[in-house]
Amino acid sequence: MFNRNKIKAASKEHAMYIAKIKRKKLFIRLTQISILILFIILWELAARFKIIDAFITSQPTRIVNTLVNLHEEGTLWMHISISIIETIVGFILGTALGTAIAIVLWWSDFIAKVADPYLVVLNSLPKVALGPIIIVWIGAGPFAIITMALLVSLIVTIITVLNGFLDVSPDKIKLLKTFGATKLQILKKVILPASIPTIIAALKINVGMSWVGVIVGEFLVSKAGLGHLIVYGGQVFKLDLVMTSVFILSIAAALMYQFTTWLEKKLIKWHN
Amino acid sequence: MNRKEVVSLKNVSLKYYSLEGETPAVNDISLSVKEGEFIGIVGPSGCGKTTILSLIAGLIKPTKGQVLVDGKLVEGPSTDVGYMLQQDHLFEWRTILQNVLLGLEIHGKVNQESRAKAERLLETYGLGEFKNHYPDQLSGGMRQRAALIRTLAVDPKMLLLDEPFSALDYQTRLAISDEVSTIIRKEGKTALLVTHDISEAISMSDKVIVLTKRPATIKSIHEIRLTCEKDNPISRRQAPEFREYFNTIWKELEVHVQ
Repeated sequence: MFNRNKIKAASKEHAMYIAKIKRKKLFIRLTQISILILFIILWELAARFKIIDAFITSQPTRIVNTLVNLHEEGTLWMHISISIIETIVGFILGTALGTAIAIVLWWSDFIAKVADPYLVVLNSLPKVALGPIIIVWIGAGPFAIITMALLVSLIVTIITVLNGFLDVSPDKIKLLKTFGATKLQILKKVILPASIPTIIAALKINVGMSWVGVIVGEFLVSKAGLGHLIVYGGQVFKLDLVMTSVFILSIAAALMYQFTTWLEKKLIKWHN
Repeated sequence: MNRKEVVSLKNVSLKYYSLEGETPAVNDISLSVKEGEFIGIVGPSGCGKTTILSLIAGLIKPTKGQVLVDGKLVEGPSTDVGYMLQQDHLFEWRTILQNVLLGLEIHGKVNQESRAKAERLLETYGLGEFKNHYPDQLSGGMRQRAALIRTLAVDPKMLLLDEPFSALDYQTRLAISDEVSTIIRKEGKTALLVTHDISEAISMSDKVIVLTKRPATIKSIHEIRLTCEKDNPISRRQAPEFREYFNTIWKELEVHVQ
């Protein structure tokens, strides 16, 4: 990575400046890693010396053992992949459908004004409350969970993306109008491309939102997935299992977030 | 010389409506612009200068009267009229060449010929090597030049310039207004420049129209005749008559600072 972004120093002073900036970056990264390592070591030691009760708090070595056991049982990847697939499908659907609805609302001022109070109410309603209804309607399975993830991210997406659309400079639209652009052309040539940063921002929010939907969905359906492991672990008082699942969850969520950051760089190449 | 009339406004009035009432913006304006003419419009701020341009561009319809471009009644925006806004509004996600091709794209006229023409324009006006750059990488003056080429690429008969230099600093502004005026004359375009800068109007135009306060009506029209060696804005600013025109128009604008 350092090789790819290698910056040529213009002078000796510049080289020193670059070195200083790099040292600072390295120091921040090292501190971040040290905190994590220190936390894990303290946790492990506290559990070993019975300062904390490992039965309730679990401990790093127990988490590793649980991981190994789950892996040997052959269920680890099944649970992880189910949750990840549900989340990905949920957040792609949420972003796509949300953007599509935002387009409709942008297109028709009438529909937007009519929909406004409904959106406001739906936005403040905790979507989790709809969980039981969804399960009854769709059935206790992955589809109910995906619907859950979709619902949690949908309204936020609609509102965020629509605001992005409405924020596009009126003069840019005027410019297109002077060229005689149709509404569809205005949408395609300026509204959508100008809103790509907003849509990516929505995508980033939706990664988190969809995980909430999926985990809550799995709590309720409780057949498979990380949410199921957490709820099951809690019920049978296997905190090792709960902690392990949370640990996997944070890694999966971080990776997905990284993916959206990567996507942002790919799509917004005009930012230097 | 009997030149063709490119734009003509016949007793045009326009009112804006809101729930609170109606605001007359333009009142009974008649004017005509002949082929190849460069006309400057000055007026107190908020007097409805931009409204006149929007009427000619077909963005709004007059409440009363007729707007004709090239002898035809204006029904909506057309390729006959090119509009240059206060800011360049280059799309930051498009390269300079892609930005220049925007108007052609909207008309579905991007082909080898039109693309070659756009590239030639960029080349001629010193942006050839920047055609694959993004707007962020260009200076303010270069961006405004690119915006002009974007307008010229659709080959309009008439150019409308809506305070196109007001976003630039003074130095760049002088240089760019000189360039733009030279480009417009070289391409043989007819132009209507709206500005609040009296010097800019005098230095660039053949004729300066002074408007009254809102609702705008025509107060006076000045034929600008300057004795100078070269006919570009910077030399024109040095002409002996320049100051006289400036003073006359300044007085007519009745700028009172209270």
